[in-house]
Parts: sequence; structure tokens; C-alpha cells
Amino acid sequence: MPTHILADVAASGAVTTGEAVTFWILAPVILAGAIGMVLARSAVHSALLLACTMLSLGVFYMLQSGPFIGFVQIIVYTGAIMMLFLFVIMLVGRDSKDSLLETLRGQRIAAILLGVGMAGLLCTGLARGVGAVTAVGLDAANKNGNVKGIAAPLFTKYVFAFEVTSALLITAAVGAMVLAHIERRKQDKVGQKETSRLRFAEGNYPGPKPGPGVFATSDSVATPALLPDGTVSERSISPVVPVRELEPAEAAPKGTDKGLKDT
Amino acid sequence: MTPTYYLVLAAALFTIGAVGVLVRRNAIVVFMCIELMLNAGNLTLVTFSRINGGLDGQIMAFFVMVVAAAEVVIGLAIIMSIFRSRRSASVDDANLLKY
Repeated sequence: MPTHILADVAASGAVTTGEAVTFWILAPVILAGAIGMVLARSAVHSALLLACTMLSLGVFYMLQSGPFIGFVQIIVYTGAIMMLFLFVIMLVGRDSKDSLLETLRGQRIAAILLGVGMAGLLCTGLARGVGAVTAVGLDAANKNGNVKGIAAPLFTKYVFAFEVTSALLITAAVGAMVLAHIERRKQDKVGQKETSRLRFAEGNYPGPKPGPGVFATSDSVATPALLPDGTVSERSISPVVPVRELEPAEAAPKGTDKGLKDT
Repeated sequence: MTPTYYLVLAAALFTIGAVGVLVRRNAIVVFMCIELMLNAGNLTLVTFSRINGGLDGQIMAFFVMVVAAAEVVIGLAIIMSIFRSRRSASVDDANLLKY
């Protein structure tokens, strides 16, 4: 039946060979993404690795006869939440690197020891408590399709919780607007007269900042302007633009132009 | 292979998230580690839903996602306002309550 194709993929509680293969392919991807997220120096890399982990988790939900929750995972988590993270990273500044300085001595070692201990406890506890369980499977629960199966208890048994989440979402939206909104007082507004005074104040150069150079050799924004005495002006280039110089190894011919090499 | 493997994977993910919260200094990355821990909890809920043969676990995972979305909105707004006043997204710099 076309309505629950995905529900039939892993219909019963027993694990099929296809599911095992998918698990063993995606589980290392998930773990590598999670570990890479913790280890990556740049926040953008962390966000992308976490998005990769969340996509793979969405596949796992679909594999365990939950196609609805799997698609919600992909749409809400990787589509909305991770993009919100990326927006904030871009606003806060992508070059804000983590300092490697430890504020508390030995905190990193202690955290890793704690993590190893917690993983050991959780895994042995699960293995001993649940062990080689035979799953009931969601065949009976999904017989009208997964979406209908979820909708029935959601709008009967859990309808109060569902209504409360709407209140929660409205509160969150209002809270975010209150936190992110800046209201300027009228007396804080800087008028034209004050702006001009500040510009010609002692210690401030009133002219515009020198722009990046346009020379015969280069017209890149990374080329700094030259001051009248021939020195480089640091103020003319953005700190975000990295200073890039080709290494001798990079500038050397790569040997990809075979025809010209002989001549 | 049994569904227990999913539970062990979720436990490993939860641990990685917890270690990340303790180790990292960037507030945004700490927040991402919390999201990872929530995801590990969701994987456990979905797996137990399959083991027990009821859809309640999947509904709970759905509610966890709604709460996570609300939490992310508020958390990122707080990070933004701290960044606006202190020009830093590091959790070490937000120590105003100390004095």
C-alpha cells in the first residue's frame, strides 16, 4: 500500500539485514560527527558536523518504523534549528576562536575521565538491563499508517500537553523578541551636530579611512593601501580578510600542462 | 543485532555531548552539545517505542523536539544579548554575577 511504504521497511521488531547494514554504515558517521563537533576549533565546522549527525539520526528514526518523526527531525532540526545556529554564528563573528587556555586546572582531564566513566556505566547498564531484547515492533500500531497512528493519541491522550506546547512556543517567540530588541532612548540619539563634533575632536582623523589598494599588480581587497611615506596602512584592510601569500611550493608549476612541459 | 545497539549508540552520543558541555568555552558550541544530548534522548525514546510496540515514545520525541526548538530560540537570543554587551561569546567572560 502506498500510504505506509516506509513503515514496511523495518516492519517487525526483528532487525533485518538491510537495517543492520544501514546501522553499521551510519553509526560511525554519527559518532564521527559528534566527536568532530566537540573537537572542531571553528564554530561553523561544529555546526555542519552536528547537522550531518542529525540527518543520520533522522534516517535511524525512519528505519525504526517512525517515518513521521524522522521527517520532523530533518525538517525541524537540520532545517530550522541548525540554520538558526548558523545565523547566530555569522552574527557573533565566525572568527571567534575558542581559547585553549584552561580556566580551572585539570578540568579537561577530569571531564574526559567523567565521560569515559559515564559511557561505561550507561552502556553496561543498558546491556545488562535490556540485553538481547526481542522487540515487539510497531506493526500493529502502524497498521493505519504512522501519521494516523501518531495523530490518534496526540489529539486524545496527549491533547493537553499539545495545547501547552503552543503556549510554550508563543512565550518563546515573545521572549526572543524581548531579548533581541534594542530600544534607543531619545536622548541617546546622536544628532548631526554631535556627529560632526566627534569627527573633528582631538585625536580623531576626520578624513575617510584609506581604501584597499588598486595597483598595477593587484586590485584585490586584501592589498593594503600605501601611506604617503610608502608604508602599508593596516587600517585599510578588513581583519576578516586573511593575508594570503602563495608558498613557493604552491606557486611552482604543477606539471599538469603536459604539452608545454617538453618545450 | 538487536535494537539495544541503538540504545548503546544513544548513550555514547549523550556522553560525547556531556563532555563537550564541560570542555568547550564557546557558548554556541556548548549549546550545540546540549542539542546533541537532546537528540540522544530522542533516539532512546524512539527505540523504546519500537521495543515496547507503542507509539507513545515517538510522541514524546516529538514533544522533545518542540521544547528544543523553543529552548534554542531563547538560548540564542540570550547569547546574542550577552555578545552585544560584552563583545564575547565565551562562557568564561560572562562572570558578572561573581562580583
